[in-house]
Amino acid sequence: MRKYLIQRFFFGVLSLVAATLIVFVLSRAQGDPLLLYAKPGGYGVSPEQIAALEAKLALDRPLMVQYLIWLGRIVRGDMGETLLSERAVSDVIGEKLGATMQLGLLAWLFATFVGVPLGVLSAVKRGSVWDYIGRAFALFGQAAPVFFLGIIGILLFAVQLGWLPAGLRPVQDPFWPSQAKALVMPTIALGWLPAAVYLRLTRSAMLEVLDSEYVKLARAKGASGRAVIWRHALRNALIPPITVSALVLVGFLEGSVVVEAVFAWPGIGRMAVESIHNNDFPLLTGVILMFAVLYVVGSFIADIAYTIVDPRIRYD
Amino acid sequence: MAQETTTADTQSDGPDIHNLMASQVIGIHEQTFGQKFWYVLRRWPVVPIAILVAMLLAAVFAPLLSPTGPRDINLRGRAAPPFWNQEWYDDNPKNEQRYLLGADHVGRDVLTRMLYGARISLMVAIISLTAGVVVGSAVGLVAGYYGGFIDEFSMRTVDVWNALPFLLIAILAAVTFGQSVSIVMILLALIAWAGGVRNVRAEVLTLKTRDYIALARISGASDFRIIMRHILPGVVNTIVVLATLRVGGLILAEASLSFLGAGIPAATPTWGNMISEGREWLSTAWWIAVFPGIAILLVVMSVNFFGDWLRDRWDPKLRQL
Repeated sequence: MRKYLIQRFFFGVLSLVAATLIVFVLSRAQGDPLLLYAKPGGYGVSPEQIAALEAKLALDRPLMVQYLIWLGRIVRGDMGETLLSERAVSDVIGEKLGATMQLGLLAWLFATFVGVPLGVLSAVKRGSVWDYIGRAFALFGQAAPVFFLGIIGILLFAVQLGWLPAGLRPVQDPFWPSQAKALVMPTIALGWLPAAVYLRLTRSAMLEVLDSEYVKLARAKGASGRAVIWRHALRNALIPPITVSALVLVGFLEGSVVVEAVFAWPGIGRMAVESIHNNDFPLLTGVILMFAVLYVVGSFIADIAYTIVDPRIRYD
Repeated sequence: MAQETTTADTQSDGPDIHNLMASQVIGIHEQTFGQKFWYVLRRWPVVPIAILVAMLLAAVFAPLLSPTGPRDINLRGRAAPPFWNQEWYDDNPKNEQRYLLGADHVGRDVLTRMLYGARISLMVAIISLTAGVVVGSAVGLVAGYYGGFIDEFSMRTVDVWNALPFLLIAILAAVTFGQSVSIVMILLALIAWAGGVRNVRAEVLTLKTRDYIALARISGASDFRIIMRHILPGVVNTIVVLATLRVGGLILAEASLSFLGAGIPAATPTWGNMISEGREWLSTAWWIAVFPGIAILLVVMSVNFFGDWLRDRWDPKLRQL
């Protein structure tokens, strides 16, 4: 187990290096980041100032050296400064992280508390109306593009019915129901796909488990139907959904890029896209690093959770 | 089988006591047309296949089917609603064209652009999927067959690969290299290849211990021949099922990239681009964005449904995917 964890950690770090290196190389191929300050013609920025900036950002050094300098700073907990606003990358990310986390957490709750119970229901009442509702829900969720869900939601509930705001979190409004209202559509848009994934996995695992010997035994010894389903069967049927939770997490990160664009949400995803278009490479590398870290940590936790819910699994 | 024989017999002449008893004994009753219809519909993915075939035909024959060109503008038909809105067409008598699914903000026919969009979207998905599946399967075959360092190395690469935030890298690549259809295809192939490697490898691991592989080796077959002639046919089911289950995701990824302005160049009609453009006109001309969205929804739903069906028939082990 320990050997496995160490190995896991090593390859996790390797993923982080790979992700940030790709970004470093690509963003440098995009063009000179100094153009953010001045066009080649001038605009009042003297060649000396450009040279000083170049030296400050270490842009005059070879790419690998630049990367190593960046890596050295990261290890010491310094993510550098953004080019556009010249503020610490960690501060800028920290400001936006809350809005994205809020959305991600709500979407995850939606996915779990809609997907899993519906999955159980459609497995237990196989072939019934519930089963068809559940499967239609899953089929739709896996096929609808996140941005299309968002747009349809805006069209129906914001433009036509006027029930919900079309986005832009009303930060200045202290009255909480309007805040809560603004969260409804982004949460569902972001959470539907993972809910569909959870539903399908729970359903197929439940069908398998309900057919097993120990569930029959539980029934035979007289446990109530509800206890058999929720205590005996679901506990084992939860293993597949838990194992994909890390992928669900990545899905949120990628989904947040799209959802935040649709609903003008002031979060990490939108900031990441902006930093790409601005060629703000310190900020972009920082965001990518954070995404990759979240993924590595998430899949790590999923692996550990896996051994807890299913003690038969041993990593040797 | 039994059904066919009994139905054939009962058709002879009226209620026959022998057939009646026989069918009652095996619990079969005559199926009405409606029941047969539902039986076929439940057993075979008729509707999804019909939708997919229709979309493919529409894509192939787009120039023949579409009433206008995909870039033909008609300023008199700006934001013309779909055909059923008689009122609008009465109010704008100068507009001579009638649009089945409406027109966009410069009077381009939405249906025409959707047909041409189907070409791009389906072509991109199919080509990048093929490239990804060929590479992924090759890696899975080689890793599973040779084992050892090659196996370890490829599996770890897949792990590292899966941890990369591809959407952002794709946007960055699009900004760096400029938007083009080929960049999108390369990016999608890069996303696609790592998906099925693990399943293919696992399959190869069990196949290669079989006796017939050992016999092939004894009779002097080269590694390449063993992989291609003896192992590949055994994993082809898995590969096809995995590929089918992946098409939908690629179509969605292409649409998302286009929607974020990092996919196919905006002038080209694709479903993602159309939704992205139509978003600005949502409150006044909803049809610009909604119809392409429904097209994506239908295609991805059909492909997923078909993939599920194929998996249940060909490779039930993959049920957890």
